[in-house]
Amino acid sequence: MKSSGPGSREKGKDLLQIRNLHVEGFSDERWHPIVRGIDLTLKRGEVLGLIGESGAGKSTIGLAAMGYAKPGCRITQGSILFDGIDLLAVSETGRRRLRGSRIAYVAQSAAASFNPAHRLLEQTVETAVAHGIASREEANRSAVDLYRRLQLPDPETIGFRYPHQVSGGQLQRAMTAMAMACRPDLIVFDEPTTALDVTTQVEVLASIRNIVEEFNTAAIYVTHDLAVVAQMADRIMVLRHGLTVEEAETRQMLASPAQEYTKTLWAVRKLAKPEVPADEYLLTIDHVTAAYARTVKVLQDVSIKVPRERTVAVVGESGSGKSTLARVITGLLPSLSGSISFAGQPLSKSLKMRPKEVLRRIQMIYQTPDNALNPRQTVEDIIARPLEFYLGLSGAQRDRRIGELMHMVEMSEAYLDRLPAELSGGQKQRVCIARALAADPDLIICDEITSALDQIVQEEILKLLMRLQSDFGMSYLFITHDIATVRAIADEIVVMHQGKVVEQGLKSEVLTPPHPAYTERLLSSVPEMDPDWLTTLLASRKI
Amino acid sequence: MNPVARTVLQRLGLGLITLFIVSIIIFSAIAMLPGDFAKATLGQSATSETVAAFQREIGIDRPPVERYFVWVAQMLHGDFGSSFASRTGYRRTVAEIIAPRLYNTMFLAAVTALIAVPLALGLGILAALYRNGWFDRLVNVVTLTTISFPEFFVAYMLAYLVISRDTFIGSDFAQSMPHWLAVSLSWALNAVPKFPTLSNVNDQTPFWEHVWKVALPAITLTLVIVAHMMRMTRAAIINMLASPYIDMARLKGMSPMVIVLRHALPNAWAPIVTVVAFNLAYLIVGVVVVEVVFVYPGIGQLMVDAVKSRDVPVVQACALIFAATYILLNLIADIISIATNPRLLHPR
Amino acid sequence: MTSFEPIAAIQRLRRSRATRAKTALKRAPFSAWFGIVVIFGYVFVAVLAHWIAPYGETQVFSEAFAPWSQEFKLGTDQLGRDMLTRLIYGARNTIAIAVATTLLSFAVGVSLGLLAALYRGWLDQILSRAVDVLMSIPSLIFALVLLSIFGSSITSLIVIIALLDSTRVFRLSRAVGLNVAVMEYVEVARLRGEGARWIIAKEILPNVMPPLVAEFGLRFCFVFLTIAALSFLGVGIQPPTADWGSMVRENATLITYGDVTPLLPAGAIALLTVSVNFVVDWFLHATSGLRDEK
Repeated sequence: MKSSGPGSREKGKDLLQIRNLHVEGFSDERWHPIVRGIDLTLKRGEVLGLIGESGAGKSTIGLAAMGYAKPGCRITQGSILFDGIDLLAVSETGRRRLRGSRIAYVAQSAAASFNPAHRLLEQTVETAVAHGIASREEANRSAVDLYRRLQLPDPETIGFRYPHQVSGGQLQRAMTAMAMACRPDLIVFDEPTTALDVTTQVEVLASIRNIVEEFNTAAIYVTHDLAVVAQMADRIMVLRHGLTVEEAETRQMLASPAQEYTKTLWAVRKLAKPEVPADEYLLTIDHVTAAYARTVKVLQDVSIKVPRERTVAVVGESGSGKSTLARVITGLLPSLSGSISFAGQPLSKSLKMRPKEVLRRIQMIYQTPDNALNPRQTVEDIIARPLEFYLGLSGAQRDRRIGELMHMVEMSEAYLDRLPAELSGGQKQRVCIARALAADPDLIICDEITSALDQIVQEEILKLLMRLQSDFGMSYLFITHDIATVRAIADEIVVMHQGKVVEQGLKSEVLTPPHPAYTERLLSSVPEMDPDWLTTLLASRKI
Repeated sequence: MNPVARTVLQRLGLGLITLFIVSIIIFSAIAMLPGDFAKATLGQSATSETVAAFQREIGIDRPPVERYFVWVAQMLHGDFGSSFASRTGYRRTVAEIIAPRLYNTMFLAAVTALIAVPLALGLGILAALYRNGWFDRLVNVVTLTTISFPEFFVAYMLAYLVISRDTFIGSDFAQSMPHWLAVSLSWALNAVPKFPTLSNVNDQTPFWEHVWKVALPAITLTLVIVAHMMRMTRAAIINMLASPYIDMARLKGMSPMVIVLRHALPNAWAPIVTVVAFNLAYLIVGVVVVEVVFVYPGIGQLMVDAVKSRDVPVVQACALIFAATYILLNLIADIISIATNPRLLHPR
Repeated sequence: MTSFEPIAAIQRLRRSRATRAKTALKRAPFSAWFGIVVIFGYVFVAVLAHWIAPYGETQVFSEAFAPWSQEFKLGTDQLGRDMLTRLIYGARNTIAIAVATTLLSFAVGVSLGLLAALYRGWLDQILSRAVDVLMSIPSLIFALVLLSIFGSSITSLIVIIALLDSTRVFRLSRAVGLNVAVMEYVEVARLRGEGARWIIAKEILPNVMPPLVAEFGLRFCFVFLTIAALSFLGVGIQPPTADWGSMVRENATLITYGDVTPLLPAGAIALLTVSVNFVVDWFLHATSGLRDEK
């Protein structure tokens, strides 16, 4: 199996031509533009990466390439020419004939996109049989072959399983097999690895790239992750607010982006705070074991120290127990054994036993500010409550303090009477930070607080947090799965895997080899902006 | 153990426990009767001996727990006790009062279900497929109106239609409107079949005559049930069609027919069965009013009469039968939902 | 401020709740308008019953079952009371009893439901199982049993129906409450050390209002229909109180002679429930639209 970098394949004639595409979506009781005049050309066998932040319209374009608009959306203008067929002029039956057989789709959430009532194999061969491309036996045989090529375990029998019996990474590969079943000319991949852990992501990326190369299938690869698109695409198109920013061959685009916006996108993830060794410890977690329902142990014998005025990053994949750790520290989940001390005092296991003053000193910020802010309270209500509750401020004192807090998180006081729904994602997270600051805490637990944000906004939030730390000297316990974030903000790192601490130490110690096996696998699986990264990694892992 | 079998057994157990608790509640009805109850039932002229004899008979002098078990044991043998109304001379057992009426009620419910269930499911699926179209909107307004109507309103409206077939043209109401309108209305009313407005049947009534006599009650119940059932079917199907795997099927180029039959339906059994069970259970309640309107000798009418005369043993037996049917229907729906759930059928 | 805020956030104009309600009302379909007008009409008649009714509530005239005439606009009933007067007083009595019942049912159902959602654990277990059992008996049947024991006074009618109906309110408010109680802003309040009362009043209740308001309309219809059915069966509101359900039963024989009069109180019930349902239907539609806006 040849395994080369992108851009090394033969390209054929034009397969897909989109001209002046306009798509609108219905919300707020009127139609809003989502895509505003996109031109796009894709050659046979070529992989085009569509990249952009949320709201850029990239998924909408991906679906439009199939002549499809999501419910609540409509294509208002333009032409979509697929192999000489105008998808907008042809009848619905005509489009239906193309879908699945010549243009296929791989969705972000494989778990939701597989029908729970049917076996994987039935769903894989369904299109081929329905479109009359193959007999059932041929299709079955071909499906098993695809499973094998996609490196699914037990390719002969895995097709007889139901979707809920298969893991997320395997399901995503099975969905690629389903898309490949009719050997389509074009596949639209819509963020196929976004929901996966990094170590799983690498395997799925490799499988997808191999099979697309092998069958010389053209693809549109939609993602928000630059490093991923660098591995997968021959050409990259950068989108923003439904418009094309620029478009170029992958290597050229990575090496010398032309537009200011692209340069900014490329520049993020370069943040790296110099580490400072600890002087004194604020929080000490000692041999803590915790479980849900008394049986399922999610934390086993975990010991972690958090120094004063420093940032400890807790890194791990889903199921590593890192969020449970936060729940144990805050007292939402009392531990089974072990002890925690905070500022020299032992910390009660349960939230209810803790005095108000202790509650005030430990604050928490969450991943999705949409869920962490009450949609019915204004920014002022939200920030004022801790001031009244903990510090008993009122009247002019309270208002002055609210003004200071807004200033600290770099927001105008004009936002005070807004509801959370009227703020952008980054602003909402700033309000959450202001609420935590209002309590004047010693420790802030940050649970994946940047993962739901666009990368440029992530960077701004991280910078803000670092500035606040140097101004006010609180400690951060930063829970994340993202190594770039760790590089940006941490002084110390704790690596967790399956409820245990794998490794902990200063950032430089943990990030430089030699690593324990799991840390090695985790660190090496994080995609880099180098287009040869995946090729090199796979070569090194084969050895 | 197989998870399906285990869950089904759990549900069965739960159903039995519920029935047990329900029976305790219904039994407590007799224990909670006010002290002067015997006097109220027997009349002010009752002597203290008759009152004492009556109290002995209904067992108020024994401890409640003992009475409860005796009651349950008797019921399991088909002995529901005797009616309070049986005092004067001859004894009438609850069982002999209820049996023919239970048959009549079941007959009416069955006829209604046979019409209503297929009709509602069909209409519901159609409305879901053509949602937001004119058919869907029309159906929405019509069903919303029907479910807002009290059953007796629908029942009397139908009865009125049938009666005014002959009487309309001579009524004050017709006199007060323009002549041409009255004539054409009367002409239209003649198209209404002459359904019997009194559903007086007995155990000698031949089968088809029985069907003919329950026509109006069955139509009334159908109107009410179909509205509920089809709204719920529509909602369940629309909910189903919004799932990502249905989007995926569309993007796989499947035809609408295949999408509904192969992708939506296998996942829709659980919600549909729940809807049907819920509405059949609702049917039980609707039966009470409709039986009274059409003077149909069913168990609902019996229960209402018993409540009015405070004939507690009869009320208890009727309530227990209604509750047991209700629990049974929900149990069946649960079991079908479990048996069609791929996650339980094919455990990891 | 950063220059990378999405345009949508910049473009969005701040709109107050009042203007939102106004635009929503402007877009309301005909059915909703019809419903609102009818409901106001009923409330008007119910409140002013004493002043608009031509005769007294229980005033008896010599002729029973009198036909429609100048003197008795809609004739008289089986005891010779003026039908129109009874209809007007019936509006007051029937609606007042139904509203009282629904309010009681909501007070019980919502408070217990939200408590169960917030605390879960044993409290939730006990309440939920109890409700399961109560709901496994059809409520009309249960009401019949209880009425046979306690008799049909207005108080026992209100309490019994409210208790039985509160099970459904409990289920709904527990379900919507659970959706909110698992939100992180509730966790934030808990971590802050807030008490149950503050969390329910300030964090949960404002976020469950739309479904609860809609449910109030639906429960009102259901309660109203149940009471009407019980009265129709003769075990609900007792004479001589004027009430639509019993008016239908008492005069039902007239239908056999092709007289529409007994259908009028039944129609009055139907018209009110239809109107409430139309308004609720539109309200649900409008509030779910607002949710998409977020």
